[in-house]
Amino acid sequence: MSYEITILSSMSIAILFALSLNLITGFCGQVSLGHAAFYGIGAYVAAILTKAGWSLTLALFPAAVTAGAVGALVGMASLRVRHDFLAITTMGVGFLFVGIVRKQDALGGEIGISSIPSVAFGRPGLLMLAMICMALFIILCIYIRRSWLGFAFESISDDEDTARTFGIDVSKFKLLAFVIGTAGAGIAGGLYAHHIRFIGPDSFGFVESVTVLAMVIVGGIGSITGVAVAAAVLSTLPLWLQFVDDYKLLIYGSLIFLTMRFAPNGISGIVRALWQRHHSP
Amino acid sequence: MLFIELSIQGLVQGAIYALIALGLVLVYGLLRILHVAHAALYTLGAYFGIIIVNAGGHIVIAIVLSMVLVGLIGIGIYRFAYKPLLDKPPLIALIASIGLFIAAEEVYRIIFGAYGMSFSQPPLQQQIELFSGFHLSASRICVVILSVLFISILGWLAASTRTGVAWRATVSDPDMAASFGVDIERVRHINFFIGSALAALAGVMVALLSNLVEPTMGAVPAYKALAIIVLGGLGSVRGTLIASLALGIIESFGTIYAGHILDRDAIAFAFLIIVLMIRPQGLLIRR
Repeated sequence: MSYEITILSSMSIAILFALSLNLITGFCGQVSLGHAAFYGIGAYVAAILTKAGWSLTLALFPAAVTAGAVGALVGMASLRVRHDFLAITTMGVGFLFVGIVRKQDALGGEIGISSIPSVAFGRPGLLMLAMICMALFIILCIYIRRSWLGFAFESISDDEDTARTFGIDVSKFKLLAFVIGTAGAGIAGGLYAHHIRFIGPDSFGFVESVTVLAMVIVGGIGSITGVAVAAAVLSTLPLWLQFVDDYKLLIYGSLIFLTMRFAPNGISGIVRALWQRHHSP
Repeated sequence: MLFIELSIQGLVQGAIYALIALGLVLVYGLLRILHVAHAALYTLGAYFGIIIVNAGGHIVIAIVLSMVLVGLIGIGIYRFAYKPLLDKPPLIALIASIGLFIAAEEVYRIIFGAYGMSFSQPPLQQQIELFSGFHLSASRICVVILSVLFISILGWLAASTRTGVAWRATVSDPDMAASFGVDIERVRHINFFIGSALAALAGVMVALLSNLVEPTMGAVPAYKALAIIVLGGLGSVRGTLIASLALGIIESFGTIYAGHILDRDAIAFAFLIIVLMIRPQGLLIRR
């Protein structure tokens, strides 16, 4: 039973993390290659607070706020540069985060933070908390998608200049997307820290950013269902198949490349194309 | 003495950055693609160099052969990976390139082993006395000389040959160049060949300097070279060369004087972010 709980927990955390990137990259069209940095910020903040005696549920709030605040700063970058340059700026943010954390003794330096306390009710408690956070975030995503906010995001994603012409405050909505998305990543990070119960700078490096990007891309940029399915499968595949664990980066890298090269809309794009072929005369 | 030592260290590192970043800026200038997988070719060049020398080849043969082989593979990457993506947004090619790079690193790990390779008898290790009391290994001198040589050759190619003129015409306006009878595909092939060959040269040089080639040795240069071409003003070859040397020297001093607050590899990105925020058009371009 505990094995299933572990798998379900990492699955829920991965879905939350991937959907938080999907909100920025999919909904609003702003690419982030440093999303793991916000995951890391949430993880460090939550870990430090629970070690100081806070409960995790409470510690998740400052984790989200800190990650969201830094996310707003990085979001300002998206007002200056676009597309591939935003991608390498956010990539730089990711490297900067790891480079700074590595040198901070207060954060454990290279070694990181270990023996992070377990949550109330142990592993099942963490699973419950992770699933609640995931469910809330999914509901938030669906709500945003259907609201005026989602419409504004989509118009920015399609064509920023046209959106501006129609009177949409592009800067405001871009920043909002970054704040919501990075705060979501902060919560995911806080949960992750208490799931693994050990964190170090290398847990939040470029590889993690690419991994979460792989989930979004393979699932289909912008699709809630597609990204959730891809995150669930890609996060648990290494646990089930030793082969996948050994060649994790080869598989993730190839998946990213092949998806971009042959099916830029990911799983959801393929499914939609098949559906339409089947149902059109 | 520490000052000279650090400056030379920075110069050598800067020359390596220049060789890697040149290929990247050539590709960006021509196709507007940020070619991250370029660093995979750098690693591959280093592996070829070590394998050829360990099989009994002379170091000169190793350098030439590695450059030619990697150059051809570079053309292959263009045809297989980038050509079909040219009409898509540049971001798609960038992400595809990152995927390709990560997969390539893993393939190297599987084929060549996770612990890296070394020369069984490292060439060019003798110490040469430059002036009294100051020694420098032959490999470091070799890095600087070869970089200057090949970059000069490239400059001459671009300035005074038919191919160079065709290349410059294609960079400034592909459609116009094509209408004047320039074979654009050929220009792109040559572009990828030269850029990849320079990366292979950098790879062999780094193998000589550190006598170790690991599957992940391209990871940091891959992203740092992106930072360099942005700092150099994107598409400007001269800017890229200056940015490479400057970064080499800044890092070499920064490690000593700022090492306690910032990781060495984060310095480039701190600069990258500052420059992109203040001058998105690059440091050296006037507009």
